[in-house]
Amino acid sequence: MASSSGSLPRYIALRVLLIIPLVWVLLTVVFLLLRVAPGDPVSATVGDRLSEDALDERRAAAGLDRPLVVQYLDYLGNVARFDFGNTFRTDTPILSIVRDQGGATLTLTVGAFLIALLIGIPLGRLAGRFRDTPGDVAIRVYGVVSYAAPLFWVGILLVVLVNAVAPSFPTNDIASPFTKLDSEAYTKTHILVVDTLLAGDTSAFLDVLQHHLLPCLTLGFLLSGVIVRLVRINVIQALQGDYVEAARARGIGEGRVVRKHAFRNALVPVITVVGLQVALTLSGAVLTEKTFNWPGVGSALVRYIGERDYIAVQGLVTFFAVVVVFTSLIVDVINALVDPRVRY
Amino acid sequence: MNIDLVEGRDGEASAPGEPVLEAEDLRVWYSGPSGPVRAVDGVSFSLRPGEILGLVGESGCGKSTLGRGLLGLLPDGAARDGVLNFRGTDLLSLKAKQAYALRGGSLGMIFQEPLTRLNPLMRISEHFAETLKVHEKGISKAEIERRSLEALRVMGIPPTRLRAYPHEFSGGMRQRLMIGLTLVLRPAFVVADEPTTALDVLVEAQIIRILHDLRATYDTSLLLITHNLGIIAEACDRVAVMYAGKIVEIGDAREVFTRPRHSYTRELLRSTISLSTTGLNYIEGAPPDLTDPPSGCHFHPRCPDAMAICAQREPAVRTTDAGSRVACWDADRRDGLALSEAESAPLEREEIAVADEA
Repeated sequence: MASSSGSLPRYIALRVLLIIPLVWVLLTVVFLLLRVAPGDPVSATVGDRLSEDALDERRAAAGLDRPLVVQYLDYLGNVARFDFGNTFRTDTPILSIVRDQGGATLTLTVGAFLIALLIGIPLGRLAGRFRDTPGDVAIRVYGVVSYAAPLFWVGILLVVLVNAVAPSFPTNDIASPFTKLDSEAYTKTHILVVDTLLAGDTSAFLDVLQHHLLPCLTLGFLLSGVIVRLVRINVIQALQGDYVEAARARGIGEGRVVRKHAFRNALVPVITVVGLQVALTLSGAVLTEKTFNWPGVGSALVRYIGERDYIAVQGLVTFFAVVVVFTSLIVDVINALVDPRVRY
Repeated sequence: MNIDLVEGRDGEASAPGEPVLEAEDLRVWYSGPSGPVRAVDGVSFSLRPGEILGLVGESGCGKSTLGRGLLGLLPDGAARDGVLNFRGTDLLSLKAKQAYALRGGSLGMIFQEPLTRLNPLMRISEHFAETLKVHEKGISKAEIERRSLEALRVMGIPPTRLRAYPHEFSGGMRQRLMIGLTLVLRPAFVVADEPTTALDVLVEAQIIRILHDLRATYDTSLLLITHNLGIIAEACDRVAVMYAGKIVEIGDAREVFTRPRHSYTRELLRSTISLSTTGLNYIEGAPPDLTDPPSGCHFHPRCPDAMAICAQREPAVRTTDAGSRVACWDADRRDGLALSEAESAPLEREEIAVADEA
C-alpha cells in the first residue's frame, strides 16, 4: 500500500537532499550582494582615521584584496566546516553570536507564530463558515487592521498601554536584570525560556515568560491578520468544493462537513503560505527586537549592517536563510503528511 | 411497434407497488439579481420502484436544479413549493435534520464530475466508513469493511484498492466509486446528474450498464439527467423532456423517441448527430431567461410550428392515447383539437432573432 500511496520517508529524504543546493545558492547570493554594496568594513570602521596605505594594509590583512573567486571559495570552504568567521571590530566568532542571541530570536518567532495561529485559524474558520454575517465583517476588519498596522507602532502602543494599566509588567528586554544575573549559568540550549525551565528555576522562568508576552503579541498580531484572511478565503472556497456538496448529498451533517471535508482541505494551501510567512516574521523580528530592546540576532544584524561588517552580516544572514530553508522543509513534510497527493 | 407499446402500457398500469417518488406541480425558484429565477416551474411526475426515468433538455433548462431540488441540495435563497412525496413522506415540510437523515440513506445523488467529488485527503475506506457511520449508528468495523468491499465488488473495483486515495484512480473508476458510495446505503431513489458527461465513450457505456443493472441488484429508482439522447434510448424506461423549467413531454422512452408529440422533442431529436446524419440540425435561438420566460408556451419564440395561440395561452398538459403526457398546442391540433382560424394562424415573428444571434 505504501508504494501506491507514495512513500513518505523517500519524499522526506529527497527534500533533505534538496537543502544542499538551496543553501549553496543562498550563500552565493549573500556573498555577492555584500560585495556589490559600496564601501567595505575597513573604510566603514576606521576609514576616516587612517591613510589610504594603512587602509590597504588592513584590507590585505583581512584578505579583502584577494580576487573575488578566491574569497568566495574560501568562504564556502569555511562554511562547510561551520566556520562563519569572526566579526571585524570585536573579533567575536559569528557562531557564538548566533548561539548566544539566536535563541532569543527563535523564541520570539516561535511564540509569535503560536499566537498568530491560535488567533488566526479559529477566527478565519468562523468567518469563512459564517460568511457575510456581522461576525465575518468584524473578523475581516481585524484581518486588515492587524496586517496594515506598522509593527513598531503596535509595539509602542502596547508598551504605553501596559505601562498605564499595569506599570510593573515588563515591557523591555528578555528578562529582569536579576534574573539575567541568576540565569548566566543556564546555557544548556542558549534559549532562556527552555534553560530556566530545565534548571527548575520557576521564578526565573515566569519572569522570562512575562517578558516574552508583549514582543510575541506584537509580532503575532501582524501575522494573525494574514492567517485570518488566508484561512477564511480557503474555507469559503473549500465549502463550495464539489466533494463538499457530494458529502452533503450523502447526508453527512453540516458540522462534520465543515470539519472533516472543508476545513482540512482549506488548511493545505494555508500551511504552504504560512511557511512562507516565516521569512516575513524574521524581518518583523528585527523590528520587534528594536522596539522591545530584545537581545536577538535581529538587533545584532542591524548593528553590523551599519558597520559594513561583511563577515558578521554574511554569517547572520546565512543564519536567517538556514532558518527559512529548514522551515520550508518542515512545511513540506507537514504538507506531505496532510495531503497524500504531495508525496509523489 | 404498436403492439409493444400497448403491452408496455398494460405493464405500467399493473405494476406492483406504490410510486417511490411523486412530484406534483413542483417549483424551485432561485433569487436572482433581477428577480426570482423560475428554474423549475410546475413539474409533475412519479417514479415506481426500479424504474429509470430519463430527463433531457438543453443546458440551463432546469434539469440539474430539479435533480438537486428533489434532494433538497439547493443553495441559500432557493425555495421549493408544490408537492414532493417520498414513500408517503412529504419532503418539502421536513426539518433540516430529518432531511439530512433521508439524504444518502434513502435519496442518493451521483454527480457529473467524478474527479472532484471525492475528498482528496480521505482514503476510499474513510469515505465509506464515514457514510455508513453517519447513517447507521453503532455499526461495527467488520460490518463497515464487509459492506465497503461488497460495494467495490459490485462496481468492479479490486478490494486491494479500498485504502487508496482518490487521486490514485482514473475518472471512470472514480465515478464507479461515487456510485458505490451512493449505493452502499441502498437508497430507494437516486438522481444521476449527467454521470458520464466527463468520461470517455467506453467508460460511459460501462457506467450506463452499471446504472441500468441497479434495478436488478438493488431495485433502485433512478432519475437519469443527461443531454445525451442515446443514453436515454439505451437505459431508460420513460423519458421526460424539459424546456425552460417545465416538463413539456413525458412518456415511454420508445414512444417519445419514435413518435415525438411536442415540437421541442422533435427538434431535439433532429439535432442528434449520428453516422446517418447528413446535415447538422439545430434549434435557432437560445433557451429563454428564466426570470422572465416568454408568454404562452415557453418554446414558441423558437418553435417552427408556432401558431398565434402559442404566444397567448399556455398549452394544457394532456394525456395522449399512447399514454404520454404532452403540453403542446400543435400536438393538440394534430390530435383533433378544434382551433379557430385566428388561433391556428402561423405566428408572426419580429425578425430580430437572427440579428440577435449574430
